[in-house]
Amino acid sequence: MVKLREIAHSRTGDKGNTSNISVIAYDPKHYPVLLSQVTSTRVKAHFADVVDGDVVRYELPNISALNFVMDQTLGGGVTRSLALDAHGKALSSALLDLEIDIAPDDDGGRKP
Amino acid sequence: MRTVRIGSGAGYSGDRIEPALELAEKGDIQYLVFECLGERTVALAQQARLKDPDGGFDPLLEARMRAVLPTCAAKGIKIVTNMGAANSWAGARKIAEIARSLGLSKLKVAAVVGDDVLDACKNRDLPLIEIDGTIKTLGNRIVSANAYLGAEPIAQALRGGADVVITGRASDPALFLAPMIDAFGWAMDDWEILGRGTVAGHLLECAGQITGGYFADPGYKDVEGLARLGFPIGEVSEDGSLVVTKVAGSGGAVTARTCKEQLLYEVHDPKKYLQPDVVADFSRVSVEEIGQDRVQVTGGRGTARPETLKVSVGYVDSYIGEGQISYAGPGAVARGKLALEIVRERLQLTGVCASELRFDLIGVDSLHGERLSAGHDPYEVRVRVTGRTENLAEAVRIGNEVETLYTNGPAGGGGAFKSARDVVAVASVLLPRELATPSVRFVEA
Repeated sequence: MVKLREIAHSRTGDKGNTSNISVIAYDPKHYPVLLSQVTSTRVKAHFADVVDGDVVRYELPNISALNFVMDQTLGGGVTRSLALDAHGKALSSALLDLEIDIAPDDDGGRKP
Repeated sequence: MRTVRIGSGAGYSGDRIEPALELAEKGDIQYLVFECLGERTVALAQQARLKDPDGGFDPLLEARMRAVLPTCAAKGIKIVTNMGAANSWAGARKIAEIARSLGLSKLKVAAVVGDDVLDACKNRDLPLIEIDGTIKTLGNRIVSANAYLGAEPIAQALRGGADVVITGRASDPALFLAPMIDAFGWAMDDWEILGRGTVAGHLLECAGQITGGYFADPGYKDVEGLARLGFPIGEVSEDGSLVVTKVAGSGGAVTARTCKEQLLYEVHDPKKYLQPDVVADFSRVSVEEIGQDRVQVTGGRGTARPETLKVSVGYVDSYIGEGQISYAGPGAVARGKLALEIVRERLQLTGVCASELRFDLIGVDSLHGERLSAGHDPYEVRVRVTGRTENLAEAVRIGNEVETLYTNGPAGGGGAFKSARDVVAVASVLLPRELATPSVRFVEA
């Protein structure tokens, strides 16, 4: 098992009370791993304390990326939230903490 | 094939100014775009305009213009910006005045007006997106309503000979799409090419976020020279294809990875990126590194524009009171937790009226809640209590009850801080597009 951080990078965006998080494989060979292991159900469970709404996953095979759209996540909306990180900018780092199952000899593909 | 080079000089209202000047001086660009208008900035600017009829534009307008106007005028670089906020016409007159003071007497400035749709919205009971209710339920708390305008009036201003175009609320990618339309004469119903241009605009609109900002993660994603982070240049061809690059020698990096992250930034369904001018499709976009700090972007598409325009409605929402205090050394977390419990009970005992309260330990669980934060005790923690109230006096009491921890709380509390502020929030509605009637006004230096 490795952390998702070893095989993918990520960025969070915000609109109103909705957060979106991209998960992008460093190496396209790991896109199938993302598809099978980073599901919307798993992301919703990971963020159980954070996300009150649905999590929808969009797939972008051309760039080996997934996009998670999470409703009711930003404390009622960026412009009125009581949260320290009203934009949810730090959520991407939290998602990269997911445990991922890859082959023991897999180097993660981070080096360009 | 003809190409045009567009620089992105700001990604938000408070952004750094030096990279914009670097673009003007060394970027070999024909257009310089400043995106400076956040979701709620127009509402705040509208409040400023009510106090001063000649105010309501971006507070950094003068500093930015003084920095770049001489170089842009000398090189014929056209400027497009949404720094007009709630008063683009006053912003345009201000720019003309600055140009005069710099001896740039021939400069032509255009204001795009007509994004203010408050009257059209008030007469219609439009449902709010994302939150329950309609525009009527906001009643007299509404401060502003501004439609996201498209590229057409900006392109019209450029065609009319404007050296500087200043708008209020406009879609961010449209600020970039307009120069492409001006340069290549694209038809406003060529959805495919408008979709491609929107991909370019979207990638460039956050400036440093595609050149290595909001990206670095030491040991994983290293970026050189972040202190001198350069801003991006979009090299757009007549067919809408794009190469993202930056000024040679500036800090940061343009790579396939930075471009992929920015492509999905603030995107929901990548097949339907709704814009005033087009519905862009990002789902089949590909990126390829073709040289150092040069990434080619292909595969953007588009379909017919929506029949409605998104409108940001600013309204007075509530007040927020806040207090913070730090604890350190052995037992810091336990004392921090004790402090939170004390404030929680005191706010009840003293009858502070808050519709929502939040109790955080910064350094422990403030960002993502207890479950994700379980781990080792840190050396220091910072207590943070925030609450939503109906008036300022009530909000002040929340911070007070944190500050009193100095002499009334656990041992060793230090560095207390408190604040209370009013909250102008933003909701969105969709307005039939024919109800917004943008136009262009010119002023000469």
